[in-house]
Amino acid sequence: MTAVAHTPTTAHHEPMSFWRKYIFSTDHKIIGIQFLFVSLFFLLVGGLLAMQIGWQLGFPGKPLPGGGILPETMVVNGVILPEYYVQLVSMHGTFMVFFAIMPLLVGVYANFLIPLKIGAHDMAFPRINMASFWLALLAGLIMTASFFVPNGPIRSGWTNYAPLAARPDLSGVTVGQMLWCVSIVVLGLSSVLGSLNYITTVINHRAPGMTWFRMPLSVWALFITAILGVLALPVLQGAAIMLLFDNVLGTHFFDPVAGGQALLSQHLFWFFGHPEVYILILPAMGMVSDIIANGSRKPIFGYHSMVFAIIGIAFLGWIVWGHHMFMSGMNPTLGSTFMVSTLLIAVPSAIKVFNWMGTMWRGNLRFHVPMLNAIGFVSMFTIGGLSGIFMAATPVDIPLHDTQFIVAHIHYVLFGGSLFALFAAITYWYPKMFGRMMSERIGKLHFFLTFIFYNMTFFPMHIIGMGGQMRRIYDPTIYDFLKPQQPLNVFISYSAFALFAVQILFAFNFLWSLKRGKKAPQNPWDDNGMEWSLPNPAPHGNWERTPNVYRGPYEFSAPEAGDKDFLPQFVKLPTDRDPVPAPLPATH
Amino acid sequence: MTHATQALDQMRPPYSTEPGSGVYSNKLGMWVFLASDVMFFTALIGSYIVLRFGAPGEWARPGAILNVPLTGLNTFLLICSSVSMVKAYAAIADGKKYFLRKVPGKRLQDGGLKFWLLITIICGAGFVSVQVVEYIKLVGHGFTPAGYREGSLLAEHAAADPIKYGLTVAGLYGSSFFTMTGFHGFHVTCGVISMLYLYFTKVLPEKYSPQDYRGIEVIGLYWHFVDLVWIILFTIVYLI
Repeated sequence: MTAVAHTPTTAHHEPMSFWRKYIFSTDHKIIGIQFLFVSLFFLLVGGLLAMQIGWQLGFPGKPLPGGGILPETMVVNGVILPEYYVQLVSMHGTFMVFFAIMPLLVGVYANFLIPLKIGAHDMAFPRINMASFWLALLAGLIMTASFFVPNGPIRSGWTNYAPLAARPDLSGVTVGQMLWCVSIVVLGLSSVLGSLNYITTVINHRAPGMTWFRMPLSVWALFITAILGVLALPVLQGAAIMLLFDNVLGTHFFDPVAGGQALLSQHLFWFFGHPEVYILILPAMGMVSDIIANGSRKPIFGYHSMVFAIIGIAFLGWIVWGHHMFMSGMNPTLGSTFMVSTLLIAVPSAIKVFNWMGTMWRGNLRFHVPMLNAIGFVSMFTIGGLSGIFMAATPVDIPLHDTQFIVAHIHYVLFGGSLFALFAAITYWYPKMFGRMMSERIGKLHFFLTFIFYNMTFFPMHIIGMGGQMRRIYDPTIYDFLKPQQPLNVFISYSAFALFAVQILFAFNFLWSLKRGKKAPQNPWDDNGMEWSLPNPAPHGNWERTPNVYRGPYEFSAPEAGDKDFLPQFVKLPTDRDPVPAPLPATH
Repeated sequence: MTHATQALDQMRPPYSTEPGSGVYSNKLGMWVFLASDVMFFTALIGSYIVLRFGAPGEWARPGAILNVPLTGLNTFLLICSSVSMVKAYAAIADGKKYFLRKVPGKRLQDGGLKFWLLITIICGAGFVSVQVVEYIKLVGHGFTPAGYREGSLLAEHAAADPIKYGLTVAGLYGSSFFTMTGFHGFHVTCGVISMLYLYFTKVLPEKYSPQDYRGIEVIGLYWHFVDLVWIILFTIVYLI
């Protein structure tokens, strides 16, 4: 641990070289932007994999357009091989969960927002923060490398169940499996370093007056998420290390032939995996809360209940992992325990959904692009949450397990949930990052088209799942009972291609606005957050003098605000008293 | 310790904040890191417990393969290093930056930070060295992460007395033994390297003072944690 030097006036740094400023940066905002570009790239990679899955399910046996560039081990005569198909499914999940959504939510927005929103000059440990980014990038590159090794990447799904993942002679994958494990261990280290930074920053570096219950819900959610990350990721690291040793050293952790336990790998994975689910949704919930309050011009409904709902979800998230394993041969009595604890999570989740609706109720709604995407988040998350209740109930889960219904559910919470929230967040904080606005018109078009094609892609999956179509199935047409649903598969595939194509709008809007976007005013959304007291983009070190915080973050339409309908946290009214900071150190 | 409370004010962030945890950030960060490390060892130790209880056969008898007296001595070495770590912390909190100094009327010289941290480093490095030697001997004997190596002396013994050597679960025994002790050894090695780094960049140039000794306190926390993990591992892997 090295001591980190702070000086009260950090806003004016001497000019730094390009490399120090943008590549090996210790500025939390630059690190957030680095994460943004890298994880958007991996989002694209994951999307391209998904398109190939869509092609295979809709048109099995037909040559993949452009498949000629792929090697013979993946595609023969343009047709996707079963081995490659299962690799597509595995790597789509891996990339999307670990290298797209998780770094987009936590890597980008925890880094970017936490210091800005709590009035801190930077993270508690800027250099550890930089290490966290570079480790994440390294992990991503290792994972990508597994496409280019003999036999390709993993074939055991993103969950890597043993014994398939633990025995190269069963899976046929050697180097790819090792690379997956190594990559996940590196990524886990990156997450832990990042998370301990966020936790320390939120606890110790809040500006005077930023009490716990004046923190915006986005910071609350990111803080709780960091706690989940710090405690969950090491478990995955442990599991990945055991899997790696099973593959490399010939250990027998997960190999039943030598007395190991295959079920143990599932327990370890999901003990990490369920908190991970909330790592992927809580930051989205937090940021959406901020945006909905802004778009409704009303204080968030039930601020304290929102905070306690976040904490409740995070706590319950630790005792529900068994609901992924109802069909694994686990003790059925234990199964009912997990069923009850899982159903309990519906309570805090519903509190949040009703609070969002309560916030919007009779608000002075502004349908800017972030607000539209945030409403999209709430509605899609509700559908995903409701289908989650289906699977939480053991008797219903038994026929639904491992069908496309699960695929529909995960995409309703991860795409419909997290990704819509990310579209909202990217648009909302884009001016803070780059000093320019994204195009409102393209943004709205992108939202509506995404919303339509998204639902056309994923809603029918519920139906074909109930019809019995298994997830990760290579060719649905070889089963007679699935043949009548094949037109729906084709429909899903066309919708998925359209959904992917619509994202070009977003990519264009994002890249075009970097240079050509409208110059952003200082507070483009009329928001109350501390970050809007700074110019766009904010300088290294943020504030010249540590700002004071005078009120909570949701004082919209407050009578004291006068002719405006918002009252920022940093504005001092004549009636406000200055907060009393902790005593300053005598010497430094 | 009263020194710590006096020094606390000097270790706060130098700009005004809300009253945070009351603990300076480096220390808080280390506590959070240790919480995550607890989860890491929980994954390994928890798996060991599950595997051992669910195993189809009995584990090898304690001491049948592992050299318990040698490792017992090694455990003592690591506990000693924890004591010297506390002495190093107390020394710098009292402002003793020196190596050794004569005290009038006492036969033994008084150790300062430089002395006690060096002792800690030596003990830690000694622990790792003994562990490496132990590994080499065990593998030479035929005890590997995959179980008892075919044709080795150990495999012959095990075939002659399968109960004593836990032949049916030899693979699990090797897997869990090497993984758990190996990752603990990795942690000790990281600690020793960090302490060496601090020794040359901070301790020898006398950059620590009774007002600011964050590095020593933070690495001390880590060191005691690693020590504690070893006591658990020694008990459940070697003694039971």
